[in-house]
Amino acid sequence: MDLKVEKLGVSFEQVVFQNLNFDFNAGDWVTIVGKSGTGKSVFLKSLARLMDVTSGQIIFNGQDIQDLAIGTYRQKVSYAVQSASLFGKTVRDNLDFPFIVRDQAIDVQKQQAGLRQMDLPVAYLDHPITELSGGQRQRVGVLRNLLFPPEVLLLDEISTGLDAETKQLIWQVIQTMHQMEGNIVLSVTHDADEMASARDLIEFGTEVKRVKK
Amino acid sequence: MNVNVDNGSLALAFSLVLVSLFISYKQKLHLEHETIIAVARAVIQLIIVGYLLMAIFKVDNWIVTIIMQLFIIFNAAWNGKKRGVGIEHAFGIAWTGLMLSTFVTMGILVVTGVIKMEPFQLIPVTGMVAGNSMTAVGLVYRSLKQQFNDQQAQVFERLALGGNLKQAAGDIFREAIRTGMQPTIDSVKTYGVVSLPGMMSGLIMAGVSPISAIKYQIMVVFMLLSATGISSVWASYLAYRGFFNRNWQLQLPEDKTIN
Repeated sequence: MDLKVEKLGVSFEQVVFQNLNFDFNAGDWVTIVGKSGTGKSVFLKSLARLMDVTSGQIIFNGQDIQDLAIGTYRQKVSYAVQSASLFGKTVRDNLDFPFIVRDQAIDVQKQQAGLRQMDLPVAYLDHPITELSGGQRQRVGVLRNLLFPPEVLLLDEISTGLDAETKQLIWQVIQTMHQMEGNIVLSVTHDADEMASARDLIEFGTEVKRVKK
Repeated sequence: MNVNVDNGSLALAFSLVLVSLFISYKQKLHLEHETIIAVARAVIQLIIVGYLLMAIFKVDNWIVTIIMQLFIIFNAAWNGKKRGVGIEHAFGIAWTGLMLSTFVTMGILVVTGVIKMEPFQLIPVTGMVAGNSMTAVGLVYRSLKQQFNDQQAQVFERLALGGNLKQAAGDIFREAIRTGMQPTIDSVKTYGVVSLPGMMSGLIMAGVSPISAIKYQIMVVFMLLSATGISSVWASYLAYRGFFNRNWQLQLPEDKTIN
């Protein structure tokens, strides 16, 4: 699995970024840092095709993503939102969705295993989403991206606003998955700990550059 | 015909409009201007249509009748579209939906012999069907816009998880259909208890026996349920796709007007 970015540029009224060239390979964990408004989130969204690029190409496993079926691509290159708002009425509605989009029978055991991993009671499947705390909501939100481990996981400041314990828990779950699957993780963050431990960084600013430590 | 409002009485009845104007003025509702325009439009439009109908009934030619029906549907679609500003193909969807709901509903009524192929029956019924369908389509449009706006985060999450457009919209289009049909169902529920519907009242005032009048009214109930159902489903199914671009990204009407 590999994801390549060639001469990528996005502009609205102004240039957000331009001429980005990166190559991400299996097993990469890349931490993306930079001030707000430098285009980190736009970069992740454009990788998931949730935003259109103005110039350049994104190549996934040797194919231009413009030529790939959008739904299937997004299932493989999965974008996790900053603070999940969750949809439907219950936790189940959210954890059923990854099965529905893949046209697969719903595997309750898999859902329950996921909840356990995220340190949530299995009975929470039928819990109304309105009664979840912010931390619980985010755990369910990320779990939706992980039920079918994606080839590329895009994390858009998913730990912002979470307490230390929840943050730790979510990171552990993602790291375990990353080690097992050897997939690509791109993580936008403002978190000091995560930045400190990063080995492979992309810094967004007036210039955008990749630094490996 | 034992109802006949003479012109003098009608002119005196204009004082009723003054009541409305007075309320608007006193309560600072700023509706005076709009009320006067609405009344003037209603009077002029009705006078024209009155003479027009008289001529059409006299001619009794099926081509003329169809042209009049198409004219009514076109106007209804044009009005329905207004609630859908920013929605792609809002007029086209409204127009095709109204054509479908009107001709399917009326087709059934004609085939079953409930109404006759006579201009004096076809044209008023077209007006009722198209008018109610128009309201339904307008409500569907407004509901879609409102819901996509309120639920953009959820729709975005569904798209990010790889959902297709239908999956991403979730219950939005079903809820919009419900919104389109609800007022008809609600008003029908109170028929006879709260309201005596316009058509039935008109027939009774014109001297038709109440039993004949209610039969017609029951037909109207069936007709309106079918018409609002068809046009709501049509508008909702076709219009919700317009909230996404071809790359399966949510695109709200507000953004379209900016771009």
